[in-house]
Amino acid sequence: MDYFVELFFSGLTRGSIYALIALGYTMVYGIIGLINFAHGEIYMIGAFTALITSTVLSIFGFPLPAIVILTLLASAIWASAYGFTVEKLAYQPLRNAPRLSPLISAIGMSMFLQNYVLLAQTSDFLPFPALIPDFDFMEPYAGFIGSSDMVILVTTTVVMLLLTWLIKFTRTGKAMRATAQDRKMAMLVGINVDNIISITFVIGSALAAIGGLLIASHIGQINFYIGFIAGIKAFTAAVLGGIGSIPGAVLGSFILGLTESFATGYVSSDYEDVFAFSLLVLILIFRPAGILGKASIEKV
Amino acid sequence: MISFKDIQKGLLVSLWFVFLTFPLMVIKVNPIERVITWRWQNMGWVALGSFCYYLATKIYKARKLARQQQIKLGLIKERVDWGQRLLSERKIYLPVLIVVGLGFLIFPLVLSTYQTNIMVTALMYVVLGLGLNIVVGVAGLLDLGYVAFYAVGAYSYALLNMHYGLGFWTVLPIGGLLAASFGILLGFPVLRLRGDYLAIVTLGFGEIIRLILENWNSFSHGPSGISNIPRPGFLGLHLSLGHSITYMYYLMILMVLFTIFVVNRLQNSRIGRAWFALREDEIACQAMGIDKTRTKLTAFALGATWAGMVGVIFAAKTTFVNPASFTFLESAIILCIVVLGGMGSIIGVIVAALILILMPEYLRAFSDYRMLVFGAVLVIMMVFRPQGIIANVRRTYKIPDAIKPKLSRK
Repeated sequence: MDYFVELFFSGLTRGSIYALIALGYTMVYGIIGLINFAHGEIYMIGAFTALITSTVLSIFGFPLPAIVILTLLASAIWASAYGFTVEKLAYQPLRNAPRLSPLISAIGMSMFLQNYVLLAQTSDFLPFPALIPDFDFMEPYAGFIGSSDMVILVTTTVVMLLLTWLIKFTRTGKAMRATAQDRKMAMLVGINVDNIISITFVIGSALAAIGGLLIASHIGQINFYIGFIAGIKAFTAAVLGGIGSIPGAVLGSFILGLTESFATGYVSSDYEDVFAFSLLVLILIFRPAGILGKASIEKV
Repeated sequence: MISFKDIQKGLLVSLWFVFLTFPLMVIKVNPIERVITWRWQNMGWVALGSFCYYLATKIYKARKLARQQQIKLGLIKERVDWGQRLLSERKIYLPVLIVVGLGFLIFPLVLSTYQTNIMVTALMYVVLGLGLNIVVGVAGLLDLGYVAFYAVGAYSYALLNMHYGLGFWTVLPIGGLLAASFGILLGFPVLRLRGDYLAIVTLGFGEIIRLILENWNSFSHGPSGISNIPRPGFLGLHLSLGHSITYMYYLMILMVLFTIFVVNRLQNSRIGRAWFALREDEIACQAMGIDKTRTKLTAFALGATWAGMVGVIFAAKTTFVNPASFTFLESAIILCIVVLGGMGSIIGVIVAALILILMPEYLRAFSDYRMLVFGAVLVIMMVFRPQGIIANVRRTYKIPDAIKPKLSRK
């Protein structure tokens, strides 16, 4: 039973990380209908920026709380800046191009960013400092849930609530929803669609960076390749929940996280990634619109 | 052409890139020894590079705009693309074809075995590029796991040879068929859906195949792979290493010619036109009575067949296969060949494959930056020249001037 509970919580932790990345995919897909392959790379860049910032700050002798806050800020800011720039360079010129063009451009951007980090930094795994201390009040539960799992779960919940508030109740959120529904119509009622798309990329990238920081500090090491697999899995989660739907992405992520956790715990850990991909293929066969997604009919 | 304002904006852009690349390019940390290395010179390079890139795109756009305006006003005629001119004028393409053909024919006789070996690899990528061209270029299906079918071919030769002693020529069609059936198996559920899903599912499939090959030791011998795969025999003669590479080379030349022939015939066939039509507009295509799923599946399976056959040749050439040869990187290179060459353009794909495979071989300094450049190539080609270096010539029917007024009166 203890093993089951432990797997359950580790699945939730995984799920919340996937959720933070999957939200970026789903938001971008909802607005411009593009699978942003470079999103996984933004997450990786967020993790790298966090590593660099936290190491520099700790060498300069900052106290731990300051390091945590500044690192979070820095990684969110730089990841957003990358997301913004990627959109401007690789996707905006292709807004009216055939469907295949932005997809290929996105693949290219993903390869470029991956190798840019590889060349600018290193190909080795780098140890990531534990930014989250072991809390005393978590002591009794240490058997099945660690402090960092707890922090990840709490942070994710807070971020989700903030995002829901932003999309449901602010002017920007309203504009985002309008753009997602019908871009031309949104333009006609005076929404600056280019700005809204940029904002979407910035928010998605910041969420991915938070995910990158949390998971890096949880696992304890990063390299330039982590974005690739995480990106595919988060995308799987987004499709599972119904791409374009924000609650769907969160639900899909938790389902994927739990499935993976139990499958690796009870079956075999060699095929960890195979489970996610097989799940993806199965969903596409039986319910291509996802759990919460609506089947869209293409109109002429 | 460049105003003061452009330079001002260029400076702002380069400032932005300096900020953007600051943590990753300038700072390098070693978290264990707690050392920071500051690389300020990189900052200068980033600033200079982004400034030049900005001005270059600005000039390119301005010139394109000016040209379009002049065409509109009737001052100059629309320039015929040089790639199309090369293809359409017999006086130009015939001598080029003869010289290049002769060059390829005597290549192994003039140059060393080492050079021939590299050329064999390049020719393999030509065939792979042409195969993927059917899928991505002609039918417009983004396949990111093409390497999986390549792996199926390579492993089918390795395993069938090891267990049943089957020879190269027997396995060549079997490998192709096996890859095609994998293609159908994977394509069937996915091709009914929107195109974007195909990209991610094929990407996942490529990874699944690699992971299975790596982990299922009793089947594929795991990461250590299978060695001692025989080279193809020539009428039962025993060939030395040098001779067998030369033999491989001519085999590949034949393979390339065969592929060009098949792909060319396919493109102008009924199904080929259906592929082009599907790429352009799915809904219109279905309205014309084309079975979308079946047509896509044919393209997908045919593409996979070529990958399977090249896989068999790859196993025979290296005499050794292991999962490390079939990573996503390979798929990305092949995709890059198709995109750079021009989607749907046979000659473009051949030229691009030769450039992209031979360049890193001969410019060793370049090989570190290979993937970076490939990624950039994909983006830049899509943004500035989506038709590729040598654009595909589309069959068009031009309405003769004599009957034009009649049509437009209505």
